[in-house]
Amino acid sequence: MASVVCVFRSSFSVPLKEKKLLDVKLGELPSWILMRDFTPKGIAGAFQRGYYRYYNKYVNVKKGGVAGISMVLAAYVVFNYFRCYKELKHERLRKYH
Amino acid sequence: MMGLPIVIIITMFPSIMFPSPTRLINNRLISIQQWLVQLTSKQMLSIHNQKGQTWALMLMSLILFIGSTNLLGLLPHSFTPTTQLSLNLGMAIPLWAGTVITGFRHKTKASLAHFLPQGTPLPLIPMLIIIETISLFIQPMALAVRLTANITAGHLLIHLIGGATLALMNISTITAMVTFTILVLLTILEFAVALIQAYVFTLLVSLYLHDNT
Repeated sequence: MASVVCVFRSSFSVPLKEKKLLDVKLGELPSWILMRDFTPKGIAGAFQRGYYRYYNKYVNVKKGGVAGISMVLAAYVVFNYFRCYKELKHERLRKYH
Repeated sequence: MMGLPIVIIITMFPSIMFPSPTRLINNRLISIQQWLVQLTSKQMLSIHNQKGQTWALMLMSLILFIGSTNLLGLLPHSFTPTTQLSLNLGMAIPLWAGTVITGFRHKTKASLAHFLPQGTPLPLIPMLIIIETISLFIQPMALAVRLTANITAGHLLIHLIGGATLALMNISTITAMVTFTILVLLTILEFAVALIQAYVFTLLVSLYLHDNT
């Protein structure tokens, strides 16, 4: 996700590989996805960028609150709920399971 | 089939909760964690000499891992790795063995002398050495089983009493309120137990270390 955005948009356009997702036109989407870096290093880079994006927005601020970690914990609870859904399905309040 | 990789991710999840300090004055999360770690490490390492204090990183990461894993296990539906005996044995046996081997390497006579308390009558010596050996070898087992049993028992009680509260709600609301109060108290206890178990584990490892350095 290189954020090379040209200043002179009118004179020449940004190559497809380096566009951000919101700048990609709908017809170009499959080729954009195929051009992404799916090597382990690329995937690790994506996780790292995502982590720092969240961290710098919600935790690494001057007066951070409890919202930063509680969103992570709520997402963790939802993730575990998805994980256990198969067993929890049988504990619903239904007349016929 | 999908169980093992997800368990690995869940076991590594608590590490995300502890970002590393990058600046002199950090954000609130890191500052709170730094303060707690300094408080705990000063208290825990005060009894050790120079050699024992080289274990500071190990003991602090141990208490952070066990504490955070136990506390995250109190969230609904979550999986607690420390309920698995395999993980606790994997933590206890190497740490205990490390303290014993350190003792034997550096203070061989003193380590062997631990097997015989002072002032025992002469006829009792063989039996006492056997007893001391058994108590030495039981230390890692006790460390692991103590942690497993405490956390598992706490989770089990919460499940059962929570289920009882739900079942009683249709039968008699007042009994359900009583059971719910018990559940609230139990949850407070479990928060304490989560932290205490971490502390006890680490404290005992540090005691075994103190004996052997």
